[in-house]
Amino acid sequence: MSELSAQLVVETVDLTKVYDGNKVVDGLNLRVEEGDIFGFLGPNGAGKTTTILMLLGLTEPTSGKASICGYNSTREPLKVKRISGYVPERVGFYEDLTATHNLAYIARLNGLSDEVVSKRVGESLGVVGLADVADNLVGTFSRGMKQRLAIADLLVKTPKVAFLDEPTSGIDPEGVNQMLDLIARVAKENQMTIILSSHQLHHVQRICNRVGILVRGRIVVEGLLDQLGREAFGGGQFKIEVRLGEITSGIVDRIKKIDGVVGVEKSGDLLLINCVKDLRPQIAKAVVDSGSSLVEMKVQSYALEDIYLKYFKEV
Amino acid sequence: MQGLMTVFRKELADNFNSWRFIILFVLAFAVSVFAIYIDAQYIRQEVSETRFVFLQLYTTSGQALPLFILFITFFVPVVGIILGFDAINSERSSGTMSRLLSQPVYRDMVINGKFLAGVVTMAVMLASIVLLVAGMGLRMIGVPPSSEEATRLVVFLVTSIIYGAFWLGLAMLFSIYLQRVATSALASLAIWLLFIFMFAFPFFAQPGQGQLGLVIMRVSPITLFWQVATLLLVPGARTLEQILQSGGLVPSSALPLSQSLISVWPHLISLILLMVVCFAISYIKFMREEIRST
Repeated sequence: MSELSAQLVVETVDLTKVYDGNKVVDGLNLRVEEGDIFGFLGPNGAGKTTTILMLLGLTEPTSGKASICGYNSTREPLKVKRISGYVPERVGFYEDLTATHNLAYIARLNGLSDEVVSKRVGESLGVVGLADVADNLVGTFSRGMKQRLAIADLLVKTPKVAFLDEPTSGIDPEGVNQMLDLIARVAKENQMTIILSSHQLHHVQRICNRVGILVRGRIVVEGLLDQLGREAFGGGQFKIEVRLGEITSGIVDRIKKIDGVVGVEKSGDLLLINCVKDLRPQIAKAVVDSGSSLVEMKVQSYALEDIYLKYFKEV
Repeated sequence: MQGLMTVFRKELADNFNSWRFIILFVLAFAVSVFAIYIDAQYIRQEVSETRFVFLQLYTTSGQALPLFILFITFFVPVVGIILGFDAINSERSSGTMSRLLSQPVYRDMVINGKFLAGVVTMAVMLASIVLLVAGMGLRMIGVPPSSEEATRLVVFLVTSIIYGAFWLGLAMLFSIYLQRVATSALASLAIWLLFIFMFAFPFFAQPGQGQLGLVIMRVSPITLFWQVATLLLVPGARTLEQILQSGGLVPSSALPLSQSLISVWPHLISLILLMVVCFAISYIKFMREEIRST
């Protein structure tokens, strides 16, 4: 899955955090490579935010190691913070300062000189479409605008790696898509590696190339999207549902012999067929050849949602 | 260092731009003018001792408890509390804290910068009040301060800044320990009220309770400051110990500056110590605090 040339940006080794006897993060091993947009999925309370906080050096791990670009997050937090950006879930700004002043403050904390600050702040606000309201108080901003301001905040810093904690929560559906596209664009233009946490799959699916699903502090599955499907369902990424007039064992055998079929399951007059690609023509032929009548045939490819739900049920 | 300066500049600008500061300043100025006005009514009758005419601007009100000193004693804590009660918990509740701490600055820069900005704000405020009163006084009585009087005023100013810094530190301490802004404000004000009651105690103490009065006197920042301020600005004033032992507040003969400073010294050290302890506890707690996901 990983090319040797790709540089490891985020790495955790047996990362564990215990709060009051609860293992919030439990022996987490995570690797994110340069240029990835990594979707960090999991239900609320799965330990996503805690993991991010440990990676940023804001929280100390109970055991294990977290590092970013080779810097140990616990021992060298300042170096880590210099190259990483963070957008917390409930992103906050100073409401009684203007958008420009809010961003300029963060820019100065990063040691940028005054000329660079004003230039970068202006540009960043332009990129996220907030140039018109640059001198308005942030207190007057809507939730969506604040989220975009948070992206501008990242841009001012232009970190190597950015952690976005639930960047789409609380925005309307149209805003969500704009937000995700903005994140993807910003990441591409600035060669940022993005770790995006969310509990909403279709958001993650839209822009992430890799995902990891975290449940109760453990990564239950991690990898490229199509790979995940195969791992989760014993091989088949396509599920074909066939309704027949009558099911004979001959038909089942015939179908099983088709190249690419992973499994066949019988339930009533339905046959559930798992396969690696869309094999409807071959299956239809097999049914007709065996002399049975084909009543109905449906195909579905797995959305991440199914994978996700499957893992949630298992836990 | 650069992180400290950035936080300091931002907090200072916030302080001076905020309505609460403007209101406080106007209020403080109005009350000081009022106190001085009352004091000045008596100044002509009282000027028996010509050495400290100018200081009497701040202290003469015909009574043993000079109005201006009392006002500063009670008011400076309020300024400190108002500048500090939401220093940390408002950042936490508005969600700016985690964003701030994910920047490449040492964590103590945040709390140091805030504390320093508060102290400088109070210094500016107190210095301008003392100077404004001096200016008014110069016009009213036409006598410039002698060098000794000026020195006493400067020491008084420095002491009041330290006193304010103690209250700022206390308010920040509560803002770190208590999650809600309203709770931390109330807690600081409760402490302030408590010390005000304690302040009154030695004056009403029965002869047998002198010991308790002494204890209070040595730990209560309000009493400590009042003592320092009185000894500095009323050269003839006596310490609370003497008052407790013999009763009565009538000033004895004036002490020279060096003697005043010697009698002020222990109180000043106690005040500085209280301030340092307050700030140190806040500092340690803030540094150890973990950012948690909510």
